[in-house]
Amino acid sequence: MSARTLHEDASTGVSSHRGAGSLTPTMHRVVERIRETGDVVTLCLEPVSGGRLDFLPGQFNMLSVFGVGEVAISVSGAPRDPGPLRHTVRDVGAVSHALSESAVGDLIGVRGPFGSDWQIVPVNAGAAADPRDVVVVAGGIGLAPLRGAVHELVAAHREGGGRVFLLVGAREPSQIVFNDDLEAWARDGAKVMVSVDRATPKWPGRVGLVTTLLGDAGFDPANVRAMLCGPEIMMRFTARALVDMGVDPGAILVSLERNMQCGLGWCGHCQLGPLLLCRDGPIVAYAGLVSQLLSERER
Amino acid sequence: MKTMDELLSTHPFMADLDADALAIVAGCSRNVVFEPGELLCVEGESADTFYLIRRGHVSLDVHAPGRGPVVIETVGPGAVVGWSWLIPPYRWTFDARAKSRVGAVAIDGACLRGKAEMDPALGFALLSRISKELLSRLQATRLRLLDLYGGRDER
Ligand SMILES: Cc1cc2nc3c(=O)[nH]c(=O)nc-3n(C[C@H](O)[C@H](O)[C@H](O)COP(=O)(O)OP(=O)(O)OC[C@H]3O[C@@H](n4cnc5c(N)ncnc54)[C@H](O)[C@@H]3O)c2cc1C
Ligand code: FES
Repeated sequence: MSARTLHEDASTGVSSHRGAGSLTPTMHRVVERIRETGDVVTLCLEPVSGGRLDFLPGQFNMLSVFGVGEVAISVSGAPRDPGPLRHTVRDVGAVSHALSESAVGDLIGVRGPFGSDWQIVPVNAGAAADPRDVVVVAGGIGLAPLRGAVHELVAAHREGGGRVFLLVGAREPSQIVFNDDLEAWARDGAKVMVSVDRATPKWPGRVGLVTTLLGDAGFDPANVRAMLCGPEIMMRFTARALVDMGVDPGAILVSLERNMQCGLGWCGHCQLGPLLLCRDGPIVAYAGLVSQLLSERER
Repeated sequence: MKTMDELLSTHPFMADLDADALAIVAGCSRNVVFEPGELLCVEGESADTFYLIRRGHVSLDVHAPGRGPVVIETVGPGAVVGWSWLIPPYRWTFDARAKSRVGAVAIDGACLRGKAEMDPALGFALLSRISKELLSRLQATRLRLLDLYGGRDER
């Protein structure tokens, strides 16, 4: 288990646990490979030398395929799951392709965990569950970094925590990830709504931008917190729509991503304005500076 | 049982419309129900009605040659279905099909056009609402054109 530091940052309003001294990857073996959609796989990893990496929902690891490269990938498992460490990867480029193609038995390097988390109090932590409703909005593979959080939130709801509204957007029905989880969360009391960009009339769900689900969801804007992960434009418009509905911008968390290299706040690759997203993010409160940064054009 | 004025006043499209204007619109309106699968309107047919959706969901479909019907959008409670009654040649440009049991107010477009021509203040109030609704639909369509979830910026 890696040593942890607790880092609190006034500019992002989010505190984070960071893996310390993680420049050297630990060897992990692929113990299971789950095909989620045509171009998305989940890799289940176990450390070669035993033990288990400790993480919080929303944090990421740097995964390396030897001889190809290293990329940041969020943990898609839940801390409460006793099983192997899960990461869900979409095959878009050289490294993600090599990761997606890795087979059971292959070795992967893992550094981390890094970054801030979704700020969820686990139900077994002794603290009272947060009574506020929570609306979780995920676009495409943006559901991966939220998966562990939703597991915790659904469990917390059973223990008196707020209601969980999960709104998922995808390009088309075949690209929806974690279908089994969506069904299980709905059975366990979460309100799960899915909207796709295109579909045939056989698709029973909604068609349209994920933001169109917000009005129908039924949460109380004055008493809700929100967690958004997906394409940056989607998060920008969703956050604005939430604020227009009366949600406090400080109660909205967004996951911002830039290319990562060191993961430790040293190299500056992940800079966004004054933030180093590997350290101050990826999960930040939408209020103030971040809402401005999200609206700024890149120069 | 609610009067037509009451039904209209609870729909977001008519929010804050004054009582006189509501009464005029009510004179052109009737309460309708569609069972799942029933068509509210058919592409190419003459468009003389529009619908304020109160309950249930409606899918807007177009027929693409070689691909069959494609759903371009689904809309639910609070939405307005149909703008073709506004502009000649008053013809539907899509099918609208009830996905679940739909409760709606059907408004006779020709009747409303006539009333709006006689009462410019009513016409302006309605056009402002229509423009707002059209703008938000246009914005949503523009965003979908970006193919957000499939492109470079996914995540
Ligand atoms: C904090 C953080 C968490 C992340 N978590 C995940 C995760 O859980 N799962 C995951 O699959 N990825 C995740 N990513 C993205 C990941 O780190 C890589 O950027 C991505 O896998 C592409 O790397 P590559 O080397 O394969 O492709 P590159 O060689 O970098 O890019 C190849 C091609 O793909 C395009 N491309 C690059 N990145 C993306 C992208 N994200 N989406 C679509 N197209 C892209 C490029 O424009 C280029 O055309 C995360 C990134 C960050 C910063
Ligand atoms: S990745 Fe090096 S500073 Fe963030």
